Amino acid sequence: MSDSQIVVETASHAEVHNPALQHQFAEPQQQRDAASLGMWIFLATEVMFFGGLFCAYLIYRTWYFSDFAAASTSINAALGGANTAVLICSSLTVVLAIWAAQTSRRSLMLLMLVLTMLFGCAFLGIKGVEYHDKFVEHHVPGASFSFEHEEIPGHPGQYANPHHAEIFFALYFIMTGLHALHMIVGLGIFTWLLWMAWKRRFTPEYYTPLEIGGLYWHFVDIIWIYLFPLLYLIDRHK
Amino acid sequence: MATAIAQPVERTNYLNNEYGVKSWLLTTDHKRIALLYLISITFFFFIGGFFALLIRLELLTPAGDLVQADTYNKLFTMHGMVMIFFFLIPSIPAVLGNFLVPMMIGAKDLAFPRINLLSWYLYIIGAAIMLHCILTGGVDTGWTFYTPFSTEYTNTKIIEAGLGIFIAGFSSILTGLNFVVTIHRMRCPGMTWSRLPLFIWAHYATSIIQILGTPVIAITLLLVVAERALHLGIFDPKLGGDPLLFQHLFWFYSHPAVYIMILPSMGVVSEIIACFARKRIFGYSFVAFSSIAIAVFGFLVWAHHMFVAGISVYAALVFSLLSYAVAVPSAVKVFNWTATLYKGSIHYDAPMLYAFGFLGLFTIGGLTGLFLASLGVDIHVHDTYFVVAHFHYIMVGGALMGYLGGMHFWWPKISGRLYPEGWARLAALIVFIGFNLTFFPQFILGYLGMPRRFYDYSHMPEFQILNVFSTAGATILGVGYLLPMIYFLWSMRYGKPAPDNPWNAAGLEWKTASPPPTFNFDEEPVVTWEAYNYDEIDTGHKQEVEVVG
Amino acid sequence: MSAPSDHSKSSPLTTYFTVWVALLCGTFLTYEVAKIDLGPWNAAVALTIASAKALLVALFFMHIKGAHERLLKLVVITTIAFLIILLSLSMADYATRLWS
Repeated sequence: MSDSQIVVETASHAEVHNPALQHQFAEPQQQRDAASLGMWIFLATEVMFFGGLFCAYLIYRTWYFSDFAAASTSINAALGGANTAVLICSSLTVVLAIWAAQTSRRSLMLLMLVLTMLFGCAFLGIKGVEYHDKFVEHHVPGASFSFEHEEIPGHPGQYANPHHAEIFFALYFIMTGLHALHMIVGLGIFTWLLWMAWKRRFTPEYYTPLEIGGLYWHFVDIIWIYLFPLLYLIDRHK
Repeated sequence: MATAIAQPVERTNYLNNEYGVKSWLLTTDHKRIALLYLISITFFFFIGGFFALLIRLELLTPAGDLVQADTYNKLFTMHGMVMIFFFLIPSIPAVLGNFLVPMMIGAKDLAFPRINLLSWYLYIIGAAIMLHCILTGGVDTGWTFYTPFSTEYTNTKIIEAGLGIFIAGFSSILTGLNFVVTIHRMRCPGMTWSRLPLFIWAHYATSIIQILGTPVIAITLLLVVAERALHLGIFDPKLGGDPLLFQHLFWFYSHPAVYIMILPSMGVVSEIIACFARKRIFGYSFVAFSSIAIAVFGFLVWAHHMFVAGISVYAALVFSLLSYAVAVPSAVKVFNWTATLYKGSIHYDAPMLYAFGFLGLFTIGGLTGLFLASLGVDIHVHDTYFVVAHFHYIMVGGALMGYLGGMHFWWPKISGRLYPEGWARLAALIVFIGFNLTFFPQFILGYLGMPRRFYDYSHMPEFQILNVFSTAGATILGVGYLLPMIYFLWSMRYGKPAPDNPWNAAGLEWKTASPPPTFNFDEEPVVTWEAYNYDEIDTGHKQEVEVVG
Repeated sequence: MSAPSDHSKSSPLTTYFTVWVALLCGTFLTYEVAKIDLGPWNAAVALTIASAKALLVALFFMHIKGAHERLLKLVVITTIAFLIILLSLSMADYATRLWS
């Protein structure tokens, strides 16, 4: 038998027998730091994931600027702006929920989590209205797509190329659709966080899931902060 | 601390502490997950190898007489997809990395053990989808999926293959994420960055690529699937799309992907050379930072795959220059390994034979990459067998040799058994000979103008003799690969029990039992020595693992 | 528009609400400026405001400001750098294709 079988009871650091401490970690702070770093790295992968779409968008917007402008004019910037405001409010409620956890304000924390989710649902609802409008106007790419005789902003009498407009709408639906998918996942995460908060799992010492769930939510907000001007506000002044 | 008497079969270790299918399929032990990966990727290695065999059989004769043209297209496509996405990219990180990273840094497990298991399941799901795709007709676009053929004109199962790779990609991302967090947060006391084994540095660099690159091919495949399903026009020139956009997005990942495949192997080679030359790796810092440099520079060169595709010649010039630059950190490593050998006390055990093979073959592969980086030369050799030979020298002569060397080096630790050394050396020799016979003629073939992805070369019958050499080599190579499969399995039952440290190697993984206990160490190590302290080890100053507290 | 830097631990709420107002103002500004003709600068202005908003969210809502470790900042900067590599080197091709 190896002499390493002798296990010395270490008294040098106070081992918190926290049921939330996973076995591979030595102390809760290490676990917190690992979770935080893990979520940030995951967000890095998400940035690159959306990044490919931004790359495609950038190139086609440069090539087909007027057609993109025509297509962009046909989506509802007011709704897009409203959605931006909704997400910004939801980010506020997220940080307030975390603050409430840090300061042992359970009711406030629950309220903020619920509000966050309501804002998220509002976002999806507004998105649904937008998508419906596009569907009705036959602007959804595919077999029934149609974009004939749409004027290019600032150039009366000149019409957009339907194929190029279809590329805009393809990117519009893929980018906002993927974003909405992330939003839905976010709602799922917050449902779980709400349940954990309800079950009194969070204390001022342990609210890591809230923190990393919050990071995810803020990231979804940031993606939309870029999508809004890029998709909705091309040549709106014309 | 290393025990003289080791009876791994009787001691509780990660293999025998729990039995039953559930204990394996629901394990969160990084070592068991490594073995799950080992079985999975070996299975796919056989599938990819089978396709290679059929390709080489077809090319024995100039006429396309073994399979039809469409079938041949499927063969080289599936060979590429399976070997790259389901064998090479996971191989070292998912098997050796998973097994060793926590142990090398003195940790009990990875930072996120359940995500590690999820990684494996994602691999399996992606692999199952790919397998189904293969069995129901496969894909014929080349592993590169170029548009608009893949989105518009082919009638093979693009969506399925794309989905399979998409899901497997997340396996890769999560592995990388796990490694980065583990290396940052879970190093034991005293394990500073400058004391880390170079294997860890290599996996850290690999993980950066996996994290930043893989998502781009994920979105690209999603776009291909969407385009194919809805005829969107994103990549279709008839509808205003640009096929080159696909290539930019595809190669933005797929070039760094080749560094995902080679960097871990370089890490293995560093460990092996240090051990079997009984010397600290010369220029440790240079080798460590060159791994990071390769990861970063690797992202700057992707369009060298597109020199003749129609990109701007000015962009091509920039990418050509950058492609020369990316060779420098790799060369730095080769020089440092060579310098390590100088005045070392060389032992020719099987792992070292693989490391030597790596040194020579990777150098040849790397140098021929410089041929391809030159715009003028690339015009002539692009899409010829020169390219095929180049990347097989790196992927097989480099990455696979490193993988095999690593499997031999750490086999005693993983299984608690010694493999038969004589057979292993023979197998290494057979692999080396078979490999060179297979792929060296292909450099000549490519330089003389034989195109790749052609099943029929009857308009150039003079190429037959070199093709015959190549096929003969492939058969020998196959034998070389089968031997380790056989004797590794044999050793699990009949091999001599392995001591904790059969090679007297440096590294924390050797300071625990073979096979290790589930939580790796009986108590947390505290490191007070530098990496590769072979001078201390060989002069008898055994490093004691201090007890914490 | 940038929020006043409020480091006092006793009133993170002030910071949060200030940032929130700044974000809403930025959104409104983006919307209104889009209606003004700035020629080729419209996109640049819109993206600048968007980036400022993203920075506010990252620094104050995601708590990068005040993070004791430089590692998180390194992760963010590295990611943005590689995104810029993807965008700029691709554009290097598209922008110069018609030169020759």
